[in-house]
Amino acid sequence: MSDEAPLLEIENLCISYFTRAGEIPAVVDFSMTLHAGESIGLVGESGCGKSTVAMAIMQYMGSNGGIVGGSIRFKGRDLTSFSARELRRLRGSEVAMIYQEPMAALNPSLTLGSQLMEVPMTHEGLSQSEAHDRAVEMLSDVRLSDAERVMDAYPHQISGGQQQRVVIAMALLGKPSLLLLDEPTTALDVTVEAGIVKLVADISKKFGTAQIYISHNMGLILETCERVSVMYSGEAIEDGRIVDLFERPLHPYTQGLFGCIPLPSADKNARPLTPIRGQLPLPHERPPGCFFGPRCDYFRDGLCNRDLVPMEPSDEANHQVRCLRWQEIAAEIQERKVVGRERIEVGEEVLRATALQKYYPIYDRSLAALISGKGVRYVKANETLDFGACIGETVAIVGESGCGKSTFAKVLMGLETATAGELNFAGNEIGKSPVRKRSPQQLGSLQMVFQNPNDTLNPSHTIGAQIGRVIKKFGVESDKAKIQERVLALLDTVKLPRDFYKRRPRQLSGGQKQRVGIARAFAGNPKMVVADEPISALDVSVAAAVTELLMEIQREHGTTLLFISHDLSVVRYLADRIVVMYLGQIMERGTTEQVFAPPYHPYTEALLSAVPIADPNVEKREIVLEGNVPSALNPPKGCPFATRCPRKVGDICDNEPPPHISDHPRHVIACHIPLEDLVKVEPVFSTVPEEAAE
Amino acid sequence: MVIFILRRLGTMALTMLVVSLLLFLLLELTPGNVATKVLGPYSSQEQRNLWLEAHGYFEPLWVRYGTWLGRFVTGDFGDSIRFKVPVAEVLWPRLWNTAILGFWTFAVMIPLSLVLGVLAGMREGSLLDRTISVGSIITTSVPEFASAVLLAAIFVFWLGILPGTSAMSGGFDWVQLILPVMVLVLYDFGYVARMTRASMAEVMTTHYIRTAVLKGLPYRRVILRHALRNALIAPFTVITLQINWLLSGVIVVEFFFAYKGFGALLLEASLNQDIFLIEACAMVAVFVAASTQTIADVGYTVLNPRIRFA
Amino acid sequence: MTDIAETVTPAPSAGSAFGRAIRSFALIRESGAGMVGVALILFWVFVAIFAPLIAPFDPNATLQPFAKPGTVYATGGTFWLGTDHIGRDILSRIIWGSRTVLFYAPLATFSAYLVGILMGLAAGYFRGKIDEVLSFIANIILSFPVLVLYILVIATIGASGINIVIAITFASAPGIMRIVRGLVLDLRNRDYVAAAQTRGESSWHIMLVEILPNARGPLIVDACLRLGYVIITIGVLGFLGLGLPPPDPDWGSMINETRSMALAFPHMTVFPCIAISSLILGFNMLADGLREIALRD
Repeated sequence: MSDEAPLLEIENLCISYFTRAGEIPAVVDFSMTLHAGESIGLVGESGCGKSTVAMAIMQYMGSNGGIVGGSIRFKGRDLTSFSARELRRLRGSEVAMIYQEPMAALNPSLTLGSQLMEVPMTHEGLSQSEAHDRAVEMLSDVRLSDAERVMDAYPHQISGGQQQRVVIAMALLGKPSLLLLDEPTTALDVTVEAGIVKLVADISKKFGTAQIYISHNMGLILETCERVSVMYSGEAIEDGRIVDLFERPLHPYTQGLFGCIPLPSADKNARPLTPIRGQLPLPHERPPGCFFGPRCDYFRDGLCNRDLVPMEPSDEANHQVRCLRWQEIAAEIQERKVVGRERIEVGEEVLRATALQKYYPIYDRSLAALISGKGVRYVKANETLDFGACIGETVAIVGESGCGKSTFAKVLMGLETATAGELNFAGNEIGKSPVRKRSPQQLGSLQMVFQNPNDTLNPSHTIGAQIGRVIKKFGVESDKAKIQERVLALLDTVKLPRDFYKRRPRQLSGGQKQRVGIARAFAGNPKMVVADEPISALDVSVAAAVTELLMEIQREHGTTLLFISHDLSVVRYLADRIVVMYLGQIMERGTTEQVFAPPYHPYTEALLSAVPIADPNVEKREIVLEGNVPSALNPPKGCPFATRCPRKVGDICDNEPPPHISDHPRHVIACHIPLEDLVKVEPVFSTVPEEAAE
Repeated sequence: MVIFILRRLGTMALTMLVVSLLLFLLLELTPGNVATKVLGPYSSQEQRNLWLEAHGYFEPLWVRYGTWLGRFVTGDFGDSIRFKVPVAEVLWPRLWNTAILGFWTFAVMIPLSLVLGVLAGMREGSLLDRTISVGSIITTSVPEFASAVLLAAIFVFWLGILPGTSAMSGGFDWVQLILPVMVLVLYDFGYVARMTRASMAEVMTTHYIRTAVLKGLPYRRVILRHALRNALIAPFTVITLQINWLLSGVIVVEFFFAYKGFGALLLEASLNQDIFLIEACAMVAVFVAASTQTIADVGYTVLNPRIRFA
Repeated sequence: MTDIAETVTPAPSAGSAFGRAIRSFALIRESGAGMVGVALILFWVFVAIFAPLIAPFDPNATLQPFAKPGTVYATGGTFWLGTDHIGRDILSRIIWGSRTVLFYAPLATFSAYLVGILMGLAAGYFRGKIDEVLSFIANIILSFPVLVLYILVIATIGASGINIVIAITFASAPGIMRIVRGLVLDLRNRDYVAAAQTRGESSWHIMLVEILPNARGPLIVDACLRLGYVIITIGVLGFLGLGLPPPDPDWGSMINETRSMALAFPHMTVFPCIAISSLILGFNMLADGLREIALRD
């Protein structure tokens, strides 16, 4: 740690928003010191105030927000003393920001070049041609190929990962000393995210910029930052060096967060996740004393709910914690109380897809198409899918956007029909039968849990009415009183208070709505439930609770669970079998152990290396994929992954579809590389030996 | 892009065709009615039959339609019953007058509403915004005939500085245009200003404006270069469609101020059952309306880079 | 493990539909503009309902022509707003005229909405051929400038109360259809619609029960605005001589009949103008207030 003056000093910062409903304290006592070139992570769940802190540094809190206490000093000067002109000079040149959704952050009506060139032209007074050259140079620094084309393009003409690189370039063009990154990779695919994360890490070294990296993903923070500050309900509750915090978290909330993350050491049966009970308090309803008190297992009445808890230094250098009892509980906290469960028995096969194909026709009305006669093209969403699932199993379908997993779910549910191939469920051929043609029993035995908790329930009807209708529709009960009873029983199962029966979705939180979605899916006693990214939109602790709930219900009913996700950590935790998809085809399938260990399909390998792991004891091999996913309208003739495969063998990969090789029954890889070579590949994950961990 | 425009024009042509068919059926279905209207209710059956024969009304329906359409497209609209001259002679000058009225209305209305709308949207919730918003609501609540009455009461009868009619009997007199233009502008600017304000206010809350501000750009540049470009796309469409509205609005205004325009002509024709004049007026009105819709569609596509370079 | 049940701040329980309606009505208090609008509308509704009790004279009785406002009538009563050229009391005619307007306007708007919503739901949900046909029909109708359409229709089928309602329905339904269609196109992609589809609900159930209630926000705002437009239309038709046949007091025709005498007797035209403008203003302000509240949610 250098002794020079800190770049950024935040002391006891308090920020409030002033609305019609009164003052809402968003940040209550936040402190941070940042030196030049350092990178610090700011971690917390939604509503903890991390984005507000970033906005405060930029002095951009909107017309109704303001700093009500404490100070922020940048290079020694208090930011609130800056005049509007000085602020303008600060923004974009000394302090720059990178945003969560790159598409929304770029002006859709201006070329990327003009948006980039504005920065040096405004701050350094460069001429247009000078600015142009500088921009092109920066674009290659952020590893965007074809920089000239990008300069003339509009934001919507490039992919999400490329857009984010442009945003990063735009931020760096001002030669900032401080970079604020607000969840820069949340909206991106995993492999794209890995590239951006690496870029950001390299940039920091190359340009010497200090970074504040805001995220809810502990694994990402581990990979990019040296220090971390954990926030809860407007306060920083623990901060320190990354390794210290990760190996020995001192605050019950931090420890609780780690218990919610599916680390490689977790196991859904032996060591399930331990969600944090209770709910985040609303800003104007914070409890007296420690904000985390009501949810804390170590809460001591009379001590923890009396006065506001200050941040105290701990027994490690530069490791502070906001807990009155941290010394007493330090040892206890490291031992998580875990209650193991039994494995459930897996039964017979209940679902089998054979050469399933789904093409979407696109009618091309351009002049060229009229002339050539090819008026119809096909989006090949699903191409020859072959796999099965057994009773009681959890099968995960993994892939990034555009891989076809959602399409498969739609075909399964009957929202679309297959173009070719067979899909057999519980003895019935359902591939070609749309929802309309299925019997209520069939419909009831196959239900879905959706991704977006805000859209999954009809905002205009009560919870009870919505679940009740499902029960009635599937003929489980027909008597009004019995239906109501069953709805209440379901509410109990998903651990929601019975009085939610009369409530409307608007009055529920995201996690609660998702639970109702689960209750609705299980209302008809289904044989199989398809969960399409059910926890992607939820906070870490809420997601853990919902995941555990799903596991519990599944084990109780013996339901088969088809879990669609892009999050490999969660998949590793709860899936028995995994199917990896890329551009509509299955690249690899097998049990979780088989897929996570060599032999890998090269795509699986890259996917695994892209997953951020929040465990400092795990080392990953680095594999970064270049290029973009090819269009599904024009997939490569041979292996779909050939255009980006780091292990490409040769032309055979481009021209011929890969054969299916397997080293165990039910473990199949579609690749041209011979099996012996794949077996010899080193594992992606390895445990760091104890001495090297320091 | 070219294909898109051609397809739009094709749709427009098809719409015009269907409209012409509907009009034709509506007005000329029964030959007896036509003859009665042309020759008057006091004509004898024999006179009517002679006339019908001479004008080919005993042909089958589709032949009649075809010939009518053919003549129509070449500009032969028949003769006006009331004015006793070819319809074209009456129609085009009147249309020209309305065009003048429309031109001046837009010349005043567009800058006024765009500027007010942008200013209001830029500072949403401010006093300026509230004033403009409330002002717009009030002016769009007063129908044209009411505002015509009120403005006439003020400027013609009370202050006496403007003429009460705009018949232009002594040749073109721009003073007589003032009141009609004022009435039209007063009613319409509020709507366009509100649309512009909404569009501007929405743009000001977008993330890319936040990016522009946090890049350290001067405020002027943020507004002029980043915001307006996106905010003015919607108002452009709205304004183009206002031409369509204008054709309705002028009817009342021309009627009130006795301005010899297209709207008054259509009204007179309808009240007097002047069939051929009605047909011609209606077709012209629909043509203008359909054209403006097409222009609005094409324009929106051209202005929005997301669609243009899809 | 302790119960994971999360508790959310207790919100007021939903209660009956009537209770909810009263509560949402009270929401209007949050918007100044909305309050003014409601006040104006309620004022005229009150006037319309109690017309027989409030109006000082028979609206069609020819009593004392050209009386200035405030003139006292020989056999009792005052012409508060004066009389017109035939001698009818303007105030009474305005009061009774409000009945006409407040009867036909909501009727016409409601009927337009009925047709427009059905068309819009079908076009937006079923798409394909149904959408193409309905949209084509809508485009044909919408390609007429509105007043031109009215003039053509009324001139053809004649002017009467029911014909005006039909004409307004015919001319307004396509616009409503477009709005509903747009909303349906957006809402049909929501997960709860997919959930309804995967449990085998019929299309009409989904359209009417799942989708339509969630479109009510923009539609209510549009309905208020449209009521304003319809009132203007009825006024304009009356003004142009295509409205309800006399002697029923119709604000539009009142204005038209007396405008030539405005030189000497402005009261005959100005008061009905203020009347109609205030009612339209009421609806516009209510719409604006509703929109403001919806945005704030």
